[in-house]
Amino acid sequence: MISLKHFHAVFMARNREFIRDRSSWAWNIFFPILLIVGLAVMFGNDNRAVFKVGVYPAVPESESFFKTRHMQFVPVDELTASIVRIERHQLDLLLDVQTKRYWVNDTSPNGYISEKLLLADGGSGYSREQVSGREVRYVDWVLPGILGMNMMFACLFGVGYVIVRYRKSGVLKRLKATPLAAVEFLSAQVASRLWLVMAITLCVFFGTHFVLDFTMHGSYFSLIFVLTIGAIALINLGLLVAARTASEELAGGLLNLFTWPMLVMSGVWFSLEGAHPFVKSFAQILPLTHIVDAARAIMIDGASLLDVGWNVMYLMVFSVVCVIIGAKLFRWE
Amino acid sequence: MSTIIEVRDLVKHFQPKKKELVKAVDGVSLSIEQGICFGLLGPNGAGKTTTVELLEGIVKPTSGEILYRGKPIGDKFRHDAGIMFQNTALQDYMTVTEALNMFGSFYEKTVPLEKLIEQCALQEFLDRDTRKLSGGQKQRVLLAIALVNDPEVVFLDEPTTGLDPQARRNFWQLVNDIKANGKTIVLTTHYMEEAKLLCDELVFMDHGKIIAQGNPADLLSNRFNDVLLDLPADSVPDTLPALSTHTFTLNSSRAEFLTTDIDKTVKHLTAHGVSLTGMEVRSRSLEDLFIDLTGQELRA
Repeated sequence: MISLKHFHAVFMARNREFIRDRSSWAWNIFFPILLIVGLAVMFGNDNRAVFKVGVYPAVPESESFFKTRHMQFVPVDELTASIVRIERHQLDLLLDVQTKRYWVNDTSPNGYISEKLLLADGGSGYSREQVSGREVRYVDWVLPGILGMNMMFACLFGVGYVIVRYRKSGVLKRLKATPLAAVEFLSAQVASRLWLVMAITLCVFFGTHFVLDFTMHGSYFSLIFVLTIGAIALINLGLLVAARTASEELAGGLLNLFTWPMLVMSGVWFSLEGAHPFVKSFAQILPLTHIVDAARAIMIDGASLLDVGWNVMYLMVFSVVCVIIGAKLFRWE
Repeated sequence: MSTIIEVRDLVKHFQPKKKELVKAVDGVSLSIEQGICFGLLGPNGAGKTTTVELLEGIVKPTSGEILYRGKPIGDKFRHDAGIMFQNTALQDYMTVTEALNMFGSFYEKTVPLEKLIEQCALQEFLDRDTRKLSGGQKQRVLLAIALVNDPEVVFLDEPTTGLDPQARRNFWQLVNDIKANGKTIVLTTHYMEEAKLLCDELVFMDHGKIIAQGNPADLLSNRFNDVLLDLPADSVPDTLPALSTHTFTLNSSRAEFLTTDIDKTVKHLTAHGVSLTGMEVRSRSLEDLFIDLTGQELRA
């Protein structure tokens, strides 16, 4: 049975430690905001040199429009998916050469010019299908990844590294000599880290939303729920790393061993579409993949919790497994 | 007086990987009476800290039994024991008051904070970050934390190591006050003066075993029946005849006579024209006993 008095004492001590450590604030809050703003400046303006036209099912050789310079014609296999890409401004124009239809996004300047070019070049045989949608910029796509990455560092290092430091310096040994139970100590560490990480993540989220006005099609509740479940999974992974490691060097190595594959393979910076099947399967083991995928689906596609149910389930199971192994391995000293 | 802690055939072995088995504690039995200061002495690596940590319940024994008030140590003992480790850090960014409050919240019975602050003289640095305390201040805070639950038994593991003489004396006064309140103290130390001043009963340990046990006066009188008479080396001529009641050694600038009959030795010296100017006489100390018991070879 957990004593709330014990839990509260350790919880508050850890909160104070974090809040008073000013250097960690800079790292946890200002760094991700700077990163996102920097990316927005770099990728915010879409300066593509060519117009991108999707053609279903293949680009015909005969029609002169398809020989227009400075236009890139991309054959597409699926119409429905390509219409979504028109909505997101990933394609400027979509042509179905079989049924002689074309789709254009009214809100897209590139779409407008592409359509004019089509009509000017004998494309009048095509009938117009209108779609509308807001552009998904790279910054909209990368933001869930950066939020997830920042959470990953804050959870793994904020719990794993801190517990190892406590163990090495004798803080844990001193606590062991009191009636404080290991479960009280550990749950207070998890709770303290969880609310701090969530507070920081939401600050970064709303801070950047205010500046960049990024895409948010889903519900805030679903997003916060997914991020919370994700943070718990990452914190529990941190606990597992710290369960009995006594050297900060080893802990640093182990934490890097977990963070680097996630940084590269969880789709934080670029999509894993087209990656080697092995990489794709490996990415599915990593908790960050599920956090980023689910957050992206909610923010960009407006997915519901049910739609991202698999990701949520995986994160929950991952948490439970980490807690069970971590609790079995845990040593005060 | 009743026995508060009893230890029977305590053994603690460590097996480092690919190395020889370490017998840190190798069959120790002892009993500690309530209200006394019980001292554990021995060279580095003798097994003192392991023994104390076994008694504290921090380390599990390989075999043997530790009884607190006749029962195996358990939850009640956690509430009744106050512990000050050799090396302890507190969480970063924590003030002295916050540390005392946090540790206090782990116990059902606590000493009022004001009393603790006064007892350990913490008034001047209550709001200071515990990382910014001097050595003596830090030890006083750690002692206060050990006393926060009004413990029956207080374990102090080398509490004054690294302190300056003034801070050390100051700390001894605090320990004497705790003793005066009827608490039982288990102390390990390297300082013989500290053991002599504070301890009612002593155990000397070496290689994980007890090599001598008793109160300081008995230990000394059982081991030694001589006193040390010491003169400037140049006062003693090379031709001085030997005497059966004393042994003579020459240590650089001093000449030392270990004598069982001081009257006879002094008469012998004056009879041979030796000047007694600069003479020092002292009885055997715990330090002599320590060296005598553990040898003089260099230890790690």
